[in-house]
Amino acid sequence: MTAALFVMIGLGLFLGLVLGFAALKFKVEGDPLVDQIDAILPQTQCGQCGYPGCKPYATAIAAGDADINQCPPGGEAGVKMLADLLGVEPKPLNAEHGVPKPKSVAVIDENICIGCTLCIQACPVDAILGAAKQMHTVITAECTGCELCVAPCPVDCITMEPLKEDIPHWKWRYPVIPIQVQVAA
Amino acid sequence: MKFSPFFTTNTSVSIVMLKVLLALVPGIIAYVWAFGSGIVVSLILASATALLAEAAVLQLRNRPVMPFLLDGSALVTAWLLALALPPIAPWWLVVVGTLIAIVIAKHLYGGLGQNPFNPAMVAYAALLISFPVIMTQWPVPLELTTIKLSFIEQWQYIFNHVLPSGVGFDAMSSATPLDYLKTQLKMHHTMEDIHQAKFFGMFAGKGAEIVASMYLLGGLYLLHQRIISWHIPVAFLTTLAVISGVFHWVNPAHFSAPLFHLLGGATMLCAFFIATDPVSGATTPKGKLIFAAGIAVLTWLIRTYGGYPDGVAFAVLLMNILVPLIDANTQPRVFGHSK
Amino acid sequence: MSFNLSDIFKFPGGVHPPEHKVESTTQPIRTLPLPKKLVLPLRQHIGHIPKILVQVGDHVLKGQLLAEAHGHVSAAVHASTSGKVTAIDEQVIPHPSGLPDLCITLEADGKDEWLKHAPLDYLNMERSELIRRIAESGIVGLGGATFPTHVKLRPDAKHPVSTLILNGAECEPYITCDDLLMRERADEIVHGAMIMQMLLGSTECLIGLEDNKPEAVVAMNAAVAKANFNAKVVVVPTLYPSGDSRRLIALLTGKESPAKGRTTEIGVQCFNVATAQSLYRFIAHGETIVSRIVTLTGNVAQPGNYDALLGTSVRDLLQAAGGIRDNTDDYVMGGPMMGFSLPSVDVPMTKAMNCVIASTPDLFPPPPMEMPCIRCVACADACPVNLQPQELYWYSKSSNLEKAQEYQLFDCIECGCCSYVCPSHIPLVQYYRYAKSETIAQERAKRSADLARIRNDERLARIEREKLERAKKHAERTAKSENSGDNNEKKAAIEAAMARAKEQKETITPQNVENVSANVAAEIAAVDAARVQAAEKPE
Repeated sequence: MTAALFVMIGLGLFLGLVLGFAALKFKVEGDPLVDQIDAILPQTQCGQCGYPGCKPYATAIAAGDADINQCPPGGEAGVKMLADLLGVEPKPLNAEHGVPKPKSVAVIDENICIGCTLCIQACPVDAILGAAKQMHTVITAECTGCELCVAPCPVDCITMEPLKEDIPHWKWRYPVIPIQVQVAA
Repeated sequence: MKFSPFFTTNTSVSIVMLKVLLALVPGIIAYVWAFGSGIVVSLILASATALLAEAAVLQLRNRPVMPFLLDGSALVTAWLLALALPPIAPWWLVVVGTLIAIVIAKHLYGGLGQNPFNPAMVAYAALLISFPVIMTQWPVPLELTTIKLSFIEQWQYIFNHVLPSGVGFDAMSSATPLDYLKTQLKMHHTMEDIHQAKFFGMFAGKGAEIVASMYLLGGLYLLHQRIISWHIPVAFLTTLAVISGVFHWVNPAHFSAPLFHLLGGATMLCAFFIATDPVSGATTPKGKLIFAAGIAVLTWLIRTYGGYPDGVAFAVLLMNILVPLIDANTQPRVFGHSK
Repeated sequence: MSFNLSDIFKFPGGVHPPEHKVESTTQPIRTLPLPKKLVLPLRQHIGHIPKILVQVGDHVLKGQLLAEAHGHVSAAVHASTSGKVTAIDEQVIPHPSGLPDLCITLEADGKDEWLKHAPLDYLNMERSELIRRIAESGIVGLGGATFPTHVKLRPDAKHPVSTLILNGAECEPYITCDDLLMRERADEIVHGAMIMQMLLGSTECLIGLEDNKPEAVVAMNAAVAKANFNAKVVVVPTLYPSGDSRRLIALLTGKESPAKGRTTEIGVQCFNVATAQSLYRFIAHGETIVSRIVTLTGNVAQPGNYDALLGTSVRDLLQAAGGIRDNTDDYVMGGPMMGFSLPSVDVPMTKAMNCVIASTPDLFPPPPMEMPCIRCVACADACPVNLQPQELYWYSKSSNLEKAQEYQLFDCIECGCCSYVCPSHIPLVQYYRYAKSETIAQERAKRSADLARIRNDERLARIEREKLERAKKHAERTAKSENSGDNNEKKAAIEAAMARAKEQKETITPQNVENVSANVAAEIAAVDAARVQAAEKPE
């Protein structure tokens, strides 16, 4: 009886030591968690999550203050990647923060624009070019489609236009072959 | 929308499975010739159970029934199991085994193509552990007995456990050579003495060695049809021959000869039909060699030192566990890569 | 001179699909009548879209430059007949997407009048000048890959080319355009190869053909002998896909081109025979590329090979081949192993179009039901790249793109061998195409996200910097005013500035505020109110 007890305690101690040693020896030196989360977020900087940008949201997730399903531009795929990273169950997007939309870019109607610069101040990635009382224009390649410029415009001259699919950006679709149930001969 | 390639070879899973069944036929004929028609009853029972179980589970899983029923994979599993079971076992053994194979080992893992373990071997192992006595009672080769049951009498016995008057069960059943060998060796008899037993043939069990040769013939047909590649049978048989040969050479009194291992037990069935199951086996060329050699080593170990007479089923299942590991570490060099 | 088979090396895998080449080889190459309208897509090659040089309404001559190569990898587009530019707009082009792309439409004037052109004095030309001229020729790889040829002929000091290979293997079933070209225009091909040899400075030239083209082998051997050119015609066994350039290089030289590099890294450059012939036409006659040979086969009345002008609609092509027969339900561009269904018969012929097959449900039956993979590895045995298609399928199907890349998804050449042999009828290649384009899209999204992150970080840094600067200035000013002690002067200055601002505000009238809708007027009012509020609130 005592022998068995000692064996078990000894075994426990030994395995504990091995585990402790392994934890030190094979420690993974990775990016800080915030950066890893930030790398998954789509960087639209739209603030739909309730935080003023992707980095603040990443910080909030890392601190446990925000849930992983508050980013509509990241979509379900983004939630899944965050869940994988954090080792939690994926969950559906929280509709309170909006729904995923096809990638769009802002377009300024140059006939209406009054050159007020409000949109330039709103743009989180400096993708709008212009100056006071000068006509503004969106640099399409840099626009993240965050829609933050739409609301401040006093004359409603900014619209969001979904990106049109063209040949260089075209993707092969997932093969869906209709299941045809064969009738036995 | 159609995609390239716009045409394909005229092959299908059904054709592949049909060829496997065809390749088993010479073995079955030899089996009937050597041990009587009991095996036919088992085959019919197993086939019917497998098809019914397959259809029922597909229905439950909401899958198209007919295409999967016609793919023939259930029949292959059923036949392999039936050939592995003693042909004088009661009907429920075959039925329970087939149900384990189809329902548990195949469909609970996701059906065709998804099972990590060979379904027939899972069922065999489950039966061997659950019903060890029945599973080790094999018929005496016809050559050695005057009792020859007709097909109807076989049927009667398997279903109702009724033997014709004047025939005792002991008269028509015996241990297998592998089993006998093991018990005799425990009693410190030498190999030479043991081989004097009446049911030993030239190399292995009387009758059984003929059946094994016929499996070999069927296996060669599969090789010729490119249904299986040479890797698994060659690696399995060579490893088994080498390892048993070395030990036999060191101590012939204690270790049986390579040919006994090759033609005895389920060796040939395993080499060409069981270990070559594509779904649960290794897929890379190097992986197939490792996988088959592993089965051979385990088979020899279990046969020589283990508690059960034949080790093929356990060896296959143990190696099945290692398949993902083997495959991941034996990826062939891709064209244009230096690795 | 001919190799014997023992000198042929091997590549892994390969399949033997039924060839169906006889149908289109009974007749010589025929020339198509001049169509009324030609549509020339600008994107007929791999690389950047060329720059348009003409306007709607311009009259152009045959061979005239319509759009010039623009960027490092790009190819020019020429008028394939004389006539008027009637439109520059988006039209459906022969592409699996069925999407429209920028095209120049020509209305033929019926004269088919060539632009004045002359042979190039290539022997006395600066090499860089010659390459520049070839860039103007619009020649691209005519085997189907359409990589701009001048890029491959540029001298590369780091990787000198010792072996030039001409690809006449043409392994895809149904396609015979290279076969007929070699039979009928072998001399031009060989002269093209001689020019390539000179440009590349290579010492060896191998011409690879499959053994199912005996007539072409004879013609090529004769042409090589006649030109007294030090080239070897090598006959390789018929095995799909031996016409893939890297497979052919392996067959002829025994060397494997590095997966992530160019073939020049092993000293080999490979061109299609039709490319060599086009190069000859350009150098020796000054003819830019305005036509190509296309195989029209399948369910057409007169299958065969036709010399057709680029931009001819597929409808006109099929008409010339005697028209389609009953039951035709699809049009495949390229061969049955790697081709794709044309989105419409009204698409124009391009430089990539080597074959059009009119198909019927009997010819290319719809695929049987897809069964689960049984891991039989028939696909791995057939794969010419030695991939493990069953693993790639598993990861592509579950969109596990990282794993698929680990198993070298991007080494897949989409030859279709795996799908061809699969007993479960799984459209394997389709899964790989999906996984590849999804991976590319994700990488693109990742790049733009990284860009957005940098821009956002820099913007925040800039705002922070400006705030600090302002605070610093403010502190300096306060310190200064305290030092001077003259508060009245400062007060006066501030008052003066405020008065100026007020005056300015009154004189400026916002523009574009007349005749606006009630909505907009209300919003302007709201913004004005917000501004007033903002002005009242100090920062």
